[in-house]
Amino acid sequence: MSAPLTSLDRPNSYIGRSVPRPNAKRLLAGRGRYVSDLRLPRMLHAAFLRSPHAHARIVAINTDEARTLEGVHLVATGGDLAKICTPWIGTLDHFKGMTSAPQLPLPLDRVVWAGQAVVAVVAESRAIAEDALELIEVDYEDLPVVVDIDSAREAGGPLVNPGSANNTCFRSQLDNGTVDDAFANAAHVVEEEFSFGRHTAVTLEPRAIVADYDPAAGMLTVHHATQTPYQFQDLYSRHYGIAEARVRVIATDIGGSFGMKLHVYHEDMAVVGLSILLGRPVKYVADRIESFVSDIHARDHRVRARMALDSRGEILAMDVLDLTSIGAFSTYPRTSVVEGNQVIRLIGAPYRFKNYRATLEVIFQNKVQTSQYRAVGHPIACAVTERLVDLAAAKLGLDPFAIRAQNVIADDAYPQTSPTGYRFEALSHQACLKRLHELMNYGALRVEQADLRKRSVYRGIGIATFVEITNPSPAFYGVGGARISSQDGAILSLTPSGEVRCLISVTEQGQGTEAIISQIVADQLGLAQEHVKVITGDTEVTPHGGATWACRGAGIGGETALQAARALKRNILEIAALILQEQPSALDIIDGEVVDAGTRNQRLPIAEIARIAYFRSDTLPPGTQAQLTVSHHFAPQGYPFAFTNGIQGCSLEVDVETGFVKLLKHFIVEDCGRVINPMLVDEQLRGGIVQGLGAALFEECRYSETGQLMNGSLADYLVPMPMEMPDIVIAHVETPTADTELGAKGVGEAGTAAASACVLNAVNDALAPFGATINAVPITPARVLKALKRF
Amino acid sequence: MSGFEDSLLDEVDETVRIRLVVNGRKVVCEVAPRHTLVDCLRDTLELTGTHAGCEMGACGACLVQLDGRAVHSCLVFAVQADGATVNTIEGLTESGVLAELQAEFHRRNALQCGFCTPGMLVNAHELLSRVAQPSREEIRDALSGNYCRCTGYEAIIDAIDTVAKARSENGGAT
Ligand code: FES
Ligand code: FES
Repeated sequence: MSAPLTSLDRPNSYIGRSVPRPNAKRLLAGRGRYVSDLRLPRMLHAAFLRSPHAHARIVAINTDEARTLEGVHLVATGGDLAKICTPWIGTLDHFKGMTSAPQLPLPLDRVVWAGQAVVAVVAESRAIAEDALELIEVDYEDLPVVVDIDSAREAGGPLVNPGSANNTCFRSQLDNGTVDDAFANAAHVVEEEFSFGRHTAVTLEPRAIVADYDPAAGMLTVHHATQTPYQFQDLYSRHYGIAEARVRVIATDIGGSFGMKLHVYHEDMAVVGLSILLGRPVKYVADRIESFVSDIHARDHRVRARMALDSRGEILAMDVLDLTSIGAFSTYPRTSVVEGNQVIRLIGAPYRFKNYRATLEVIFQNKVQTSQYRAVGHPIACAVTERLVDLAAAKLGLDPFAIRAQNVIADDAYPQTSPTGYRFEALSHQACLKRLHELMNYGALRVEQADLRKRSVYRGIGIATFVEITNPSPAFYGVGGARISSQDGAILSLTPSGEVRCLISVTEQGQGTEAIISQIVADQLGLAQEHVKVITGDTEVTPHGGATWACRGAGIGGETALQAARALKRNILEIAALILQEQPSALDIIDGEVVDAGTRNQRLPIAEIARIAYFRSDTLPPGTQAQLTVSHHFAPQGYPFAFTNGIQGCSLEVDVETGFVKLLKHFIVEDCGRVINPMLVDEQLRGGIVQGLGAALFEECRYSETGQLMNGSLADYLVPMPMEMPDIVIAHVETPTADTELGAKGVGEAGTAAASACVLNAVNDALAPFGATINAVPITPARVLKALKRF
Repeated sequence: MSGFEDSLLDEVDETVRIRLVVNGRKVVCEVAPRHTLVDCLRDTLELTGTHAGCEMGACGACLVQLDGRAVHSCLVFAVQADGATVNTIEGLTESGVLAELQAEFHRRNALQCGFCTPGMLVNAHELLSRVAQPSREEIRDALSGNYCRCTGYEAIIDAIDTVAKARSENGGAT
């Protein structure tokens, strides 16, 4: 017996199919082309002298000896680059009242974090440049250092930016409803103060850039390991005063990015300037220590939150204060307040309640900047919400599944607007909860837990519901004045041999962007996937667009490709109709052949149409202009964001003697709308979860009292390794967005969003028999033992 | 010029001639004593398939075969490799010894950005040549010196597991 035919049985049906990534073969053979691999003729290498102080005045810099070292071509200080580069300020207009000091590639007279680049050396090799750094003398005069958030907020305390009134970057409040009344009348109130450590992306390939300024052509080419080449084209053009069309940014293979490689870094801006000053290609690749002290960090929040419930366990209200430390500057051009803003807007998002109040305070201190890193704000919002829900469940004697089932917004109650102002088109919390319950075999896990407890084995089960922001519209950055595109563009050409070339503005960092774009184009055009070549990441070649960040690659990039492919198909069929003396509507394309739409009888290969159009246009009717290249742009309309949702669960074991947590199994039910390539989606989820689990248990950028980063190496800063990570079970619910034909939403942050929350709930579940609780992430053995009063 | 600079210059200038067999070809390199094997492979020999992620032996991105064993090329000075046989991802690919692993990594999407991948493959190859049928736990353990920041490791474990099983079904050939 054969199963009924599905859309996947159609020829060339690639949407929804787990096909491998064509570009992965190259990477597997060691033929990646990462920026760190690049070597250009006459290329020089940059290295930076970094500040040993977290806050100091630069009194004098002596570079005389360094300049005379053989092989050194240039030693540049802040003043040298300030002559050619205009300063930048990391604020956005729609964050009313936010401030941040102007920044330059290298500082003029003051350093504001330990590790800040102060002097640049360009030499024939990186080693010689580093030798020269040792010959540079800088006189510093120590200034008071602001390290922890409490002292940063103290009135009259030291200032990160002398001259400003205080250390506040931004303050904002949401107040929706009658929060005080709701708490006054509540049957139950739960309350907790949370702290979330600073952590950082740790891409396996550090930041890398090769800037190549050609003075004769007045042309700047930058090979830049970034997700967002168009953004950098704009920035290099404006800050160095080079016409945009003469700035080319190429982002080929990127060794991991996760949001970290889309911010402006001082060294990267400096390298562009150094290349302009020298008229030669200059390369800079951060080493691992430099990555730790100068890549953006993220999270670092302290949140006080309470939740009011009625006697049956209905959530009535939430009241939140989020304090977040962002370092000495707000990043450019996306700012460092987006994370806090998302924390206060995503808290409580899965639940049906009306009264919400939140205050956000974003504070400067003498540390490296924090900014957008995978799942911006989500893990914090999710952990705060889900921990309070668990605390409420415990107080009311409800099961964690039961209290969530009772309070999540019903699947048939959409569209909905959250108390924080987010508009949800359609989410599926109820379906996901149900599915997770089965997937985990929850009943059996609880039985096993109870049995093991009798033998002093302490297992914990945790679940966490989440909402993820994807497909951001211009409401995200555009309205704030940032020149960051929310639209994407595609250029599709039929080649003379009947293949298709697709230039697209969404970029590839290993998620499989190129694979899914070729799937969509092949599917829509009726071609074999191997006949579609996708090209990304070169501003000179690919059309302008937002590129891949904030989970917009599939939802926005994919829709762009789909619409472009449909336009090219219309054009091909119009010419075919002329040749075949048919109506275009009577024709279709299957496997690269024009066929009769009804009978599927083959009529003509599209290669033949291309041949005629390109080489024998004289045989086409007079006036025919064969348009076998189409260019198409698409910007999201309708809902400002395509929100996705899901739920994670985990099972773990806490060793109450040592404080070690062993992850046993992790589960996720996720709804990202239309799934284009299930295998790639699942691997995105797994990768995201593992990053979230790292944050939950291991990762923390630790600073000394004087503002020194204490664990800036891969031996000291722990990232998850295979041995500690569990197998991850995945299931899907599909609620496509009706805003696009494709219906896809994002998935890249979903794994990270709820992993910490899940582990936090599970560890607390495991510790319940001891009456011990944990409210800080990462959950280190020391914190567990402290909670158990054994340390 | 001061004496300090002169001695610094001398040190930098002084290079050593080393001979290696890299990916089956005899090569001669002039290297400075401070150059590591990964520098020599990537910069001098332009074999950029070997990556550097930490340069301190923690991440495994730089694994190559040195005289048949997987070693961290960031922890070996180039001069120490004088007279050795080195196989990098490029050579191991050409010789075909990684073909099954590469095919299975591809099929299973056991890589994303691909930066960790050459090191993963070198390590997986070594594991399978030592242990014909490792358990998933043993695979996870063996890979614990190879960081991957993109995948959740599971696909990598799956791929290695699949190759190990297929080999033992085909008569235990290694
Ligand atoms: S670069 Fe050698 S182990 Fe990381
Ligand atoms: S695939 Fe990116 S580090 Fe492993």
